[in-house]
Amino acid sequence: MALYIKKGRVIDPANEIDEIRDLKIDNGKIVASGLAVAEEATEVDEVIDCEGMLVIPGLIDLHCHLREPGGEAKETIASGTRAAARGGFTAVSAMANTAPVCDSQSGVEFLLKRAAETGIVRVYPIGAITKGLKGQELAEMADMATCGAIAFSDDGKTLSRSDLMRQALQYAQMCQRLIICHCEDDDLVHDGVMHEGYWSTILGLKGIPAVAEDIIVARDIQLAEDTGSAVHIAHVSTAGAVELIRQARARGVNVTGEVCPHHLALTDSAVEGYNSSTKVNPPLRTEKDRQALKEGLRDGTLTILATDHAPHTTEEKAREYAYAPFGISGLETAWPLYWRELIEEKVMTISEMVASLTIHPAKRCNLPGGTLSVGAPADITVIDPNMEENVSLEGWESQGKNTPFLGWTLRSWPICTIVNGQIVMKDRKIVD
Amino acid sequence: MNLPDKAQLMDSEGIRRAITRIAHEIVEKNQGVEDLVLVGIRRRGVPLAQRLREKISDIESLNIPLGSLDITLYRDDLSTSHVQPIIHKTEVPFSIDGKIVVLVDDVLFTGRTVRAALDALMDMGRPQAIQLAVLVDRGHRELPIRADFVGKNVPTAKKEIISVCVHEIDGDDSVSIQKLHL
Amino acid sequence: MSFQRKDLLGLRGMTAQEISYILDTALPMKDVIQRDIKKVPTLRGKTVVCLFYEASTRTRTSFELAGKYMSADTINISTSTSSVVKGESLIDTGKTIDAMGADIIVLRHGASGAPALLGKHVKARIINAGDGFHEHPTQGLLDMLTIRERKGTLEGLTVTILGDILHSRVARSNIWGLTTMGAKVRVCGPATLLPPEIEALGVEAFTSVEEALEGADVVNVLRMQLERQQKGLFPSIREYARLFALNKERLKRCKSDVLVLHPGPMNRGVEIANDVADADFSAIEEQVTNGVAVRMAILYLMMGGGTANGSVH
Repeated sequence: MALYIKKGRVIDPANEIDEIRDLKIDNGKIVASGLAVAEEATEVDEVIDCEGMLVIPGLIDLHCHLREPGGEAKETIASGTRAAARGGFTAVSAMANTAPVCDSQSGVEFLLKRAAETGIVRVYPIGAITKGLKGQELAEMADMATCGAIAFSDDGKTLSRSDLMRQALQYAQMCQRLIICHCEDDDLVHDGVMHEGYWSTILGLKGIPAVAEDIIVARDIQLAEDTGSAVHIAHVSTAGAVELIRQARARGVNVTGEVCPHHLALTDSAVEGYNSSTKVNPPLRTEKDRQALKEGLRDGTLTILATDHAPHTTEEKAREYAYAPFGISGLETAWPLYWRELIEEKVMTISEMVASLTIHPAKRCNLPGGTLSVGAPADITVIDPNMEENVSLEGWESQGKNTPFLGWTLRSWPICTIVNGQIVMKDRKIVD
Repeated sequence: MNLPDKAQLMDSEGIRRAITRIAHEIVEKNQGVEDLVLVGIRRRGVPLAQRLREKISDIESLNIPLGSLDITLYRDDLSTSHVQPIIHKTEVPFSIDGKIVVLVDDVLFTGRTVRAALDALMDMGRPQAIQLAVLVDRGHRELPIRADFVGKNVPTAKKEIISVCVHEIDGDDSVSIQKLHL
Repeated sequence: MSFQRKDLLGLRGMTAQEISYILDTALPMKDVIQRDIKKVPTLRGKTVVCLFYEASTRTRTSFELAGKYMSADTINISTSTSSVVKGESLIDTGKTIDAMGADIIVLRHGASGAPALLGKHVKARIINAGDGFHEHPTQGLLDMLTIRERKGTLEGLTVTILGDILHSRVARSNIWGLTTMGAKVRVCGPATLLPPEIEALGVEAFTSVEEALEGADVVNVLRMQLERQQKGLFPSIREYARLFALNKERLKRCKSDVLVLHPGPMNRGVEIANDVADADFSAIEEQVTNGVAVRMAILYLMMGGGTANGSVH
């Protein structure tokens, strides 16, 4: 039995395809792509009519917190991958800040084993740079790389010691893996909870200055340049960081940067009212920063879109703003938010946006997928670009209900997610 | 709701005569004005008390103390409506201990305003006696309260509205009744 | 006129009309405080719970007396901030108090926004008695009442707020209230204690106390929290006092009829010199009395009802 995807607008940036075609999927792979391929379908085959729909490579999220092991009340690999599938993602990379920290071969193996048992999309482990995320000793990166870690990051924390960061870059390069940097100067952040500026002044909340991010982005770029290593800047949020990355790329430094949906859709003014769902790290910045991120995406300085999906329990978030944990549950609203900010605002073409969510992250971490080439794994997402939906918790799959977008009406939603030739989400619902 | 059929019950002259009569009754009942003080209930009891004071001064050649009372903080209907009354100052710049207080208001209706005023006076001291003077008594008491001095008794239906205008506040003097058609 | 807000969270966004209404209502309350029998029955049967997560004898006592003078039942719950982090959540505590029938919860909390959070989860009406560095609306109102009594108006006055603006909820409530009422507000303090973009709130910012005091009608001196020095925000108390303390010499730059306010408790010799604190251009004790009056007005308005129907009977 084969699966046919019929008459969709197939957008495959890696192959420079953007046209109405059919796809044929068999045995977990894309076996044919072209006009009228679906006409050969027989009664035993399944055909999905995609007229008016976008058919794109399955979305790949380089930045996700699945919380398992240790944080199962917030999210599990099962619930997190269901949220991913509902959001159109066919692969997610799990950050290492679990309990215990994913800083060894056994941590990576546990994650892959649990993902195989309970996950419904691909899960790629990201190993810790330092043991226990303590910033003192390098973790066994080579071991972790061997058994499946796709990159290394102490995300959630900045590696404060510059000597250790320099050594990590050198060592990771030897392991042919990317270092992903969470960039914040701890001393400047101190106990800040939102962007430092007009709104922190009004709301009386301790601010996190933009320079706290810029200073570490600058440092990590310099270290990458110095060591000739590759570095990826997670969740870029400031105009200063965009400019630093722009200049570095212009002089040939191997640096990339990613942007999260909330930093494109919201500014620090959203903190008014103290909704703890707006508490995120790095914080929501100013309109100037938001526009700089868009300009960075427009001019190719920033090439990757990632969610920084950070689920928390309702109880943890129902606290005083200063005491609530940082994070937004982002997988299920990422695509329509990007659409709103990048397509409707004419920042990028659809093809460019798709590339930032598929082939660019895949290439950056040497992942399979990201294309609709014949012979590629059948990881495919179907988008209804005209569908309007109110963001609500009805049907919400993530255990983390911490979204600041409740009640927003967004256009363009994933309606079908196919992983390895299997339909895991159809009509906005997980196929069990 | 509309308010037609407005009928005048007293004009300026009528009010003047009523005040004059009440002034005489107060003096007569108390056999003079020793220990007598006047306290008007805000808002329209205050100008009426002022007029009584002038009349009594004409009769007895003596100015008796005059105060004004805002009973808002003593009302029993807080939270039953969405509009808060604006509280005016209570000005009773003399001791009422051992005095005969003549409380003055424009209309006596349910008796609740007078009840509140009695409580307010009690919190200011211990008067020898409290008497009540009103321009109009329209009936429908909800409390066992009666007036000692009445300008005019007006039988009313409960839903009718009695409007008292005094020139100090409203620009002219009149008492009128309005029927309420719901 | 009526007070439509469920909760009193701050002075930001309040209209001049609302502020005037509260200040006008505080005047008869002041008369009640000054009588022999300091009690009116207005709030009989109402329950006011003062939920204080930060120590504050002054504000708590002021609210408690305000409630008692109006015959409300007032209960105090004092909890240390350490138990906030580990113990029962604010929302759970609030819901418990709510279920017991509280009409008003007066909340003092170290975290900015805590009253807003609580207000969304309880039926009782919330009065913010100071939250983090956000607002302290009743302090702002009592300061305005004191200024208005002494100066007759707020409009057109130049008010200088002096001290740690960054960490001051009093400063923020004063800024919102005073600018709304048409006063010109200046803030002055060490550069490290002026919040970012403070001028966008409609004030002028100064680091020179001499310039900030030039021609001022009112000086509101803030309490300097001594622990700020340990965080490196200024080098020493000695240097702070030398640069920023309000003393007689500096006061000469203000108008001759200058009024000095301080929310208390004072660090004499740090932010304010003794001869200034005790001088008769200081209204620091009046502020305390006005605090009770303003809080009575707020309690009354937030529990308020009745009809002001004048002569219609």
